[in-house]
Amino acid sequence: MTVESTAARKPRRSTKRVSAAKKPQSSEPQLVQLLTPEGERVEHPEYEIDLTPDELRGLYRDMVLTRRFDAEATALQRQGELGLWASLLGQEAAQIGSGRALRDDDYVFPTYREHGVAWCRGVDPTNLLGMFRGVNHGGWDPNTNNFHLYTIVIGSQTLHATGYAMGVAKDGADSAVIAYFGDGASSQGDVAESFTFSAVYNAPVVFFCQNNQWAISEPTEKQTRVPLYQRAQGYGFPGVRVDGNDVLACLAVTRSALERARRGEGPTLVEAFTYRMGAHTTSDDPTKYRADEERQAWEAKDPILRLRTYLENAGHADEAFFTSLDEESETLGKRVREAVRAMPDPDHLAIFENVYADGHALVDEERAQFIAYQASFAEEGN
Amino acid sequence: MAVQKLPLAKALNESLRKALETDPKVLIMGEDVGKLGGVFRVTDGLQKDFGEDRVIDTPLAESGIVGTAIGLALRGYRPVVEIQFDGFVFPAYDQIVTQLAKMHARSLGKIKLPVVIRIPYGGGIGAVEHHSESPEALFAHVAGLKVISPSNSSDAYWMLQQAIQSDDPVIFFEPKRRYWDKGEVDVDAIPGPLHKARVIRTGSDITLAAYGPMVKVCVEAAAAAAEEGKSLEVLDLRSMSPIDFDTVQTSVEKTGRLVVVHEAPVFYGSGAEIAARITERCFYHLEAPVLRVGGYHAPYPPARLEEEYLPGLDRVLDAVDRSLAY
Ligand SMILES: Cc1ncc(C[n+]2csc(CCOP(=O)(O)OP(=O)(O)O)c2C)c(N)n1
Repeated sequence: MTVESTAARKPRRSTKRVSAAKKPQSSEPQLVQLLTPEGERVEHPEYEIDLTPDELRGLYRDMVLTRRFDAEATALQRQGELGLWASLLGQEAAQIGSGRALRDDDYVFPTYREHGVAWCRGVDPTNLLGMFRGVNHGGWDPNTNNFHLYTIVIGSQTLHATGYAMGVAKDGADSAVIAYFGDGASSQGDVAESFTFSAVYNAPVVFFCQNNQWAISEPTEKQTRVPLYQRAQGYGFPGVRVDGNDVLACLAVTRSALERARRGEGPTLVEAFTYRMGAHTTSDDPTKYRADEERQAWEAKDPILRLRTYLENAGHADEAFFTSLDEESETLGKRVREAVRAMPDPDHLAIFENVYADGHALVDEERAQFIAYQASFAEEGN
Repeated sequence: MAVQKLPLAKALNESLRKALETDPKVLIMGEDVGKLGGVFRVTDGLQKDFGEDRVIDTPLAESGIVGTAIGLALRGYRPVVEIQFDGFVFPAYDQIVTQLAKMHARSLGKIKLPVVIRIPYGGGIGAVEHHSESPEALFAHVAGLKVISPSNSSDAYWMLQQAIQSDDPVIFFEPKRRYWDKGEVDVDAIPGPLHKARVIRTGSDITLAAYGPMVKVCVEAAAAAAEEGKSLEVLDLRSMSPIDFDTVQTSVEKTGRLVVVHEAPVFYGSGAEIAARITERCFYHLEAPVLRVGGYHAPYPPARLEEEYLPGLDRVLDAVDRSLAY
């Protein structure tokens, strides 16, 4: 698939970086990294990746557009067009890297923040906004893009993913399943049970934990005393921690975990070590619990900047590329803005739609009463 | 000053503060209750003043929160647990229903479980899925649990302390859309019995019975009806388990008509229980069947439809008219 080998032009591993990485850090074990925060390409013995300049630019484009979409949604919330927004700012590499590792026939079980993964799956971003605007509880058909509905109840979807993967295995298919969740979610019983089931049934599922360091106001230390990826060991499957701000490493590690699942070797836990740069949601106020310096330190590890540095230094992208991407971003922002503003409120009778697949006498009765009641206002001329 | 004007959420905060001061065995537990002070700021400042040992930020695990609260209560503590939103209590439902509710009976009365579970509930704030539900009937149906809900700041302040002092597990439903409503709180008052209903407004034509967020709607409905010459009596039930049927009965014997109003779906809801009991008790006084106004047999809808879903003034008045038409 590669046109030109990147190996030849690979920058030599900087000695500075190596010594930094060697520093013993019991609480922050070494991350799988292929692109340093400074935008230098480095090697990892287990995870190789060989991408064409075109593919690299593609990853960059995905991240930029996802960030633009996210920023637009945040702005729309501020303007009162959305009731709430859960931003992914800072998590673009984790989502695009893992999302681009997927095959079409793989199935994704997201939380409520996987806008970048949805982008990779081809879900129209405007469809993601309906539930945040309050016009629906989903807004897309999960089976069109093999991208399940967002799940707000923390952790629940990891069991669905496991069950789905058990089904895939029963069918003898070689698809894989990926479940997204946060560091906070790792405390839920459902997540522990999904680890148990997936291990016992050798389910082809990848658990992709975006450890963004916070669960609303609670830091990861309030969820665990061991690095999250190490949890997997106790269940009998491998866990790996990847630099969640390094899109190449996220892609390589997820791809390898998916392949392992396809080979019938069971689940893997991937912990993408990343950071939620903004508030938990637009309702949250991080100044109550988080120091500003922390965010600043993470800004230096920005996933988009580091890939840009690499693209520029390696001569993989020129000014024209960045300019046209800026234009594309603006077009996307405008499209999203217009689509949200044009989103109609649902028909009142939607309350009674799809409560059951086979119908239900009580729902029919209540719908009829509702229609009669609303009609009574029309009669009064209101 | 004994009487203060406080928003309901602040009244709860003051109540928790008082409970922590009064009894060293009282603990606050939950997600984000510490530094953040809870997503609704009900526990604001408490960790700062009482420390991390008394106001405990827990892992994100509701079954764990309630399960460990049970253990702490077995050891002599009085945990007050916060569930962040109504729709997130279900991971803990197993612990609440199979363990918390039954241990007193199983131990032949030897074990007491003074655990309070605070749950912000109900809709009307334009939230996303799982943030607007009214699951009170699911708890009231379970023997061993007491279920209460204040509708105003004064009750918020007093009922929460009474719940904490109770030796029974109490599910304390907080009407989240009333958190910002201000009301008077007399911190030196002597509160009435916890499970007694209150007559909020007297009237002679019809009784409206509600609790939590719907009390305000019923008071407004009564005011609107008064302009049309109808006299409505409004009851704040305050407690859904037990229910003070005596107060309802007294009112219905006077008015001859009853409309029960709640946000929860009508089907199998608390209104059904009240209608059945009051029909038994007041059959010969009733001029009309007991009517219920509430949510539909449908999932709580997306925010842009909640106005249609939630009982508002018009739907209450419509039920009043229907009752009077018999
Ligand atoms: C069962 C449940 N409990 C509580 C909540 C409220 N809540 C929403 S998001 C959140 C924090 C989630 O943190 P994490 O799992 O780390 O994911 P992140 O949002 O940081 O990506 C909480 C407590 C919920 N949605 N579901």
